[in-house]
Amino acid sequence: MTSGLLFACVGAGLFVMGGSGVLLLKHLLRRILAFNLMGSGAFLVLVGMAQRHGIADPVTQAMVLTGIVVAVAATALALALVRHLYRLSGKLELPEAADDD
Amino acid sequence: MKRLVVIPAALFFVLVLILALVDLAPPAFDLRPLVAENLASSGVAHPVTAVLLNYRAYDTLLEIGVLLLALMAILAVSGSPRTTSNTSLSASDPLLAMLGRIAAPVMVVVAVYLLWAGTSRPGGAFQAGAVLAALAVLLHLTGLLAGWQQPGVRLRWGLAGGFLLFLSVGALLLLVEGELLRYPPAHAGVLILLIESGLTLSLGLILAGLFLFLSHDQGGPR
Amino acid sequence: MSLGLSFDLLLGASLLWSGWRALSTPRLDRALVLFIVFGLLMTLTWARLAAPDIALAEAAIGAGLTGALLLDAYGVLQAKRLAAEARK
Repeated sequence: MTSGLLFACVGAGLFVMGGSGVLLLKHLLRRILAFNLMGSGAFLVLVGMAQRHGIADPVTQAMVLTGIVVAVAATALALALVRHLYRLSGKLELPEAADDD
Repeated sequence: MKRLVVIPAALFFVLVLILALVDLAPPAFDLRPLVAENLASSGVAHPVTAVLLNYRAYDTLLEIGVLLLALMAILAVSGSPRTTSNTSLSASDPLLAMLGRIAAPVMVVVAVYLLWAGTSRPGGAFQAGAVLAALAVLLHLTGLLAGWQQPGVRLRWGLAGGFLLFLSVGALLLLVEGELLRYPPAHAGVLILLIESGLTLSLGLILAGLFLFLSHDQGGPR
Repeated sequence: MSLGLSFDLLLGASLLWSGWRALSTPRLDRALVLFIVFGLLMTLTWARLAAPDIALAEAAIGAGLTGALLLDAYGVLQAKRLAAEARK
């Protein structure tokens, strides 16, 4: 087992963990954390699978590099929206729909 | 309960995903030899920079556009600048301020080095921009740099400059070479370094703006 | 088992563990610090995957900038909540 394949599997685990966090957690800051875990997991799968035979692949590495920078912009935008929501409603959770759950 | 559905589904999904990853057939087409073959005509000696700024420069152009859009969206939703008292410099620890003053020039040098190193070894515009942004955050936290409220004209040019420079180089090449962002091999190195310098400055300002525009927004619920 | 593989296994396990703790720790400030730890472990992982460019970017952005953004938001929201409770 190469380290590429190993970390791709870890990335799959992180992606699913983050995904269930986004679904289950109520606090919005925690949801943003979970969303970031999902992103990191996806990046690990991309790079790990591309070099699962042990040779570094510059194309995926460059793509993931752009992805990381976009992820931080998305996080900042999400935080701005959370702050705006708090200013308007005083809550840090999304309102549950009545027929949800 | 939501939990009882989500957790078994997640476990099942991760199992299937890992089995699929382990079983995946090798790709039909390998890009690595192509990258290596064309490295000589790409203008830089580091393959990752060559992919970012030459082979897939289109992606990088769109990426800096996305960052600019995200920053504009943040400016649109973050609170209106009302009071100046919140963002005035807090009287900070003199020790912190001095450490900030010592770190600042070193970090600028590191950023310029990373930018230059990107042409031949790991480094490049993204990392250099991130270091510049970290410098701005550090200066803000040590109380040497006030949070930003509304971007002035110069700051606006700085934020958009990298994107505009990249776009105008691309448009110029469209006129001269007949294709967007196809560099003539003789001038590729200079053009890439020019674009990267613009990108570093704008990325640093945008990433710093993500923090500094957000952190001035201290007002309570109205 | 080779030394490299056992290090990879340890690193992968600590990635999953810190990610899990960042989501499940009851106190939010600890969760944010654990997320920064996760970012630093990701940096190590990129280095193990022979991707120094991503490791540099992750160290500055993933661990540094994202952590600072989250902690800053947490601090502001906490201060607002305290102020709102004091007003009641």
